[in-house]
Amino acid sequence: MSGAANVAAETPALSEELVAEHGISPDEYERLLKELGREPTLTELGVFSVMWSEHCSYKSSRVWLKKLPTSGPQVIQGPGENAGVVSLGDGQAAVFKMESHNHPSYIEPYQGAATGVGGIMRDVFTMGARPIANMNALRFGSPSHPKTRHLVAGVVSGIGDYGNCMGVPTIGGETNFDPRYNDNILVNAMCVGLVDADRIFKSAAKGVGLPVVYVGSKTGRDGIHGATMASAEFDESSEEKRPTVQVGDPFTEKLLLEACLELMNEDVIVAIQDMGAAGLTSSSVEMADKGGVGIDLDLDRVPMREEGMTAYEMLLSESQERMLMVLKPGSEPVAERIFKKWELDFAVIGKTTDTGHFVARHNGAVEADIPLPALAHAAPVYERPYEKRDPLPTIAAEDVTAPPSILNALERLLGSPHLSSRRWIYEQYDHMVMGDTVQRPGGDSGVVRVHGTNKGLAVSCDVTPRYCAADPYEGGKQAVAECWRNLTATGAKPLAITDCLNFGNPERPEIMGEFVGAIEGMAEACKVFHFPVVSGNVSLYNETNGVAIPPTPAVGGVGLIADIAEMSDIALKADGDVILLLGKETGHLGQSIYMTVMEDRLDGAPPPVDLASERIVGDLVRGLIKARTVDAVHDCGDGGLLVAIAEMALAGKRGVALEAPPEDLPAHAVWFGEDQARYVVAATPDKVNTIKDVAAIYNVPVRVLGTVGEDTITLPGEAPLPLGMLRAAYEDWLPRFMTRG
Amino acid sequence: MRANVIVFPGSNCDRDAAVALQSAMSAAGNMMSAPKMVWHGDSELPESDLILVPGGFSYGDYLRSGAMAAHSPVMREVVRQAKGGTPVLGICNGFQVLTEAGLLPGVLMRNASLRFVCKDVYLRVERDDTAFAGHYKKDQVVRIPIAHKDGCYFADPSTMYLLENEDRIAFRYCEEDGTITDAANPNGSSANIAGIYNETGTVLGMMPHPERLIDPALSGTDGAKMFSSLVEKLH
Repeated sequence: MSGAANVAAETPALSEELVAEHGISPDEYERLLKELGREPTLTELGVFSVMWSEHCSYKSSRVWLKKLPTSGPQVIQGPGENAGVVSLGDGQAAVFKMESHNHPSYIEPYQGAATGVGGIMRDVFTMGARPIANMNALRFGSPSHPKTRHLVAGVVSGIGDYGNCMGVPTIGGETNFDPRYNDNILVNAMCVGLVDADRIFKSAAKGVGLPVVYVGSKTGRDGIHGATMASAEFDESSEEKRPTVQVGDPFTEKLLLEACLELMNEDVIVAIQDMGAAGLTSSSVEMADKGGVGIDLDLDRVPMREEGMTAYEMLLSESQERMLMVLKPGSEPVAERIFKKWELDFAVIGKTTDTGHFVARHNGAVEADIPLPALAHAAPVYERPYEKRDPLPTIAAEDVTAPPSILNALERLLGSPHLSSRRWIYEQYDHMVMGDTVQRPGGDSGVVRVHGTNKGLAVSCDVTPRYCAADPYEGGKQAVAECWRNLTATGAKPLAITDCLNFGNPERPEIMGEFVGAIEGMAEACKVFHFPVVSGNVSLYNETNGVAIPPTPAVGGVGLIADIAEMSDIALKADGDVILLLGKETGHLGQSIYMTVMEDRLDGAPPPVDLASERIVGDLVRGLIKARTVDAVHDCGDGGLLVAIAEMALAGKRGVALEAPPEDLPAHAVWFGEDQARYVVAATPDKVNTIKDVAAIYNVPVRVLGTVGEDTITLPGEAPLPLGMLRAAYEDWLPRFMTRG
Repeated sequence: MRANVIVFPGSNCDRDAAVALQSAMSAAGNMMSAPKMVWHGDSELPESDLILVPGGFSYGDYLRSGAMAAHSPVMREVVRQAKGGTPVLGICNGFQVLTEAGLLPGVLMRNASLRFVCKDVYLRVERDDTAFAGHYKKDQVVRIPIAHKDGCYFADPSTMYLLENEDRIAFRYCEEDGTITDAANPNGSSANIAGIYNETGTVLGMMPHPERLIDPALSGTDGAKMFSSLVEKLH
């Protein structure tokens, strides 16, 4: 190639300020000069800045991500592609991934969240899969913070409008409110797709002289430097970054989905990669690098939405709903016909080469000519210093004030921002389109039927940020354990997870310590459960003016239900049923919702997670579900045992008469302690002895809690709590909050 | 029976509607022919016993819901066949398209809440003497989901008078016991209207999605009766 000499000759040295504005440190710039062997052009600097950004290069997290287990007999594709893939048997596979869109969603909640959903769906259909379920995990600031309502409204309608238009059901998720997210909200979106295991498409552009094809929307100036923005902290001027937020067009994405799946039926695609973060640059670099070839782009052929864009802008634009493909030679007409049918842009914009270089030409000039290894592999990898903080002491239940009335406390908890119904959110998401949603939002997991079969896919997103903040290691374990439990409670066999690791500034040792602790905890849990990580995303620098979010390693898990006739849910089914607790009780109130709501404090160590007993109790419960010994199951999570029972009662529209709790623990610790590895089950009276016998074999404690019936929750020594009152408290908080003022 | 499902760019309940119809056909032992998917750009529409205009977001609904789709080449044929008496069922976005195409009066405006809403609602069946509602009983309460942002039915007073007077209201949003209340109205529709017929009772537009509750695994089967009725009456 002749490009390099031309580029160098015309390039003046770039100022230090310009380099710094691109988020490249002086050390990194030295490295860049060495890799390139000359001064970069401004365009090249832009290309390096996005490819070496934290968002694209994982430079702070990479060494630690290797600790996570990523393999297993069910894994078809682990991390490294657009999404992970696990086998569902019968030649079918699930493709899934979770991704953050935190920084853009804080700046512009509607578009930020919408394009997050669009991006994750593209990752999934790029692999050849039809998306069949979406989920999201949202963290907002305190309800009393003046921006919270605006952010909730914008994020939820952005997610809804995008997913609804795509015709993919959003079947659940989780939402937290915590003042520590006041200035950095988190929007994590997950998508699950279905594909034939022998028709998975990947991103390695193997072969020289192949056409590089651009399809989808036209390129505009939106989102330039989005990846760089997502790799820096916020300060007072962050709102000025609004122009770096992309704008979503779900209609075009729907067309792109259908066109891509139609083209995938033809045998013409060599490699395919969506244009997400860092747009054209990242997609072309990744495809060429993975294929071991060079790539030569003619930017004059890129379909444009605006006039006069420079090569720099075109390469860094994050305009949405675009794909890059490498096709078999001669197949361009087949592809063009399909994309024209769907009224999408189609252009051959380059070819693969044998130079090993990334080359971009514009208006007859070579604007960039960079050896691919410099972009893909020479990005710095940091082993950042980290500090782990000392674990907090465990708080004794006696040191947490008992309430005057247990049932009044229950009503307060369920009517709090932390535990109240999320109906106001999930009713804005179409959760039934595609006609296969067999478990709707509001339970332990969302479940979709695998179309045309009796198999079910259970999906759950989990993490408990307050536990992670108190102890990143235990919190990391708990996130994986809770996800595994939520899948198990439907009867699903948990298959694998995707993760979305949201943390503060990794250049601060205490933040890096949180990251390391959480990863170690997650890795430990994944190993015990044989529950590998097959895809994921890291979002760092979630902090503003030096104040970081709580460590939030969100986990999205997928499980397989062999026959949905053997599925379980949380709703109580019949009066006269007996409800039982499976698992050990210790009455752990530290870091509990009870403590937050009743005492307005969060102290002490979070509940420890005994992974071995999690495994045993979970396997026991799954067996009971499969044998149809139990007819309702709910895991004990936030809020503890009584909250779990109340949620089952509300879902089943049936009351419960509870027996007095054991006397060796304070009553409020029994009812509201958040001990892990526990499930509440309901069964007909004739099954109770079977459950006790089976549990005894596994050495799992069983306690009869009470009987289903009437329309109240009753407890010895207390006035009955009518379900209607409890439901009002549970359902009212969020709609009232959102319509106030 | 020969059924055509119209597919616009942005339709997303086309498969669901076809599945619902197909399963009703299978249940009735009518295995004759699968519903045919007809692309919006086609200017020819095979003669049919039933035309389904499915839900979704045709053309993204970026103009007014259903407005662009109403001007698709295939819609000229849909209108022609409908005027010739061929039964047409428009669901959700399909209802919006049928009003925009002039086959049904009135308009679907933004929900009173201004938000998208997806949930089960109760409907009171107002007529049972049509091909669509033959397996329901008048005044029966059925549970069918809605999923829309623009479902607030509105028509001028004279149209409303005609609809009431000519018995052209198909379904109204109601409480579980069948009473018509404001609280049971999920979108602010005039007179709690969830669906209406044309003058001859052969074109039905409705916001709720009967195709979404056709199977006990989906927690309800009230929607299946609409398709079984169509299969029986139109075979």
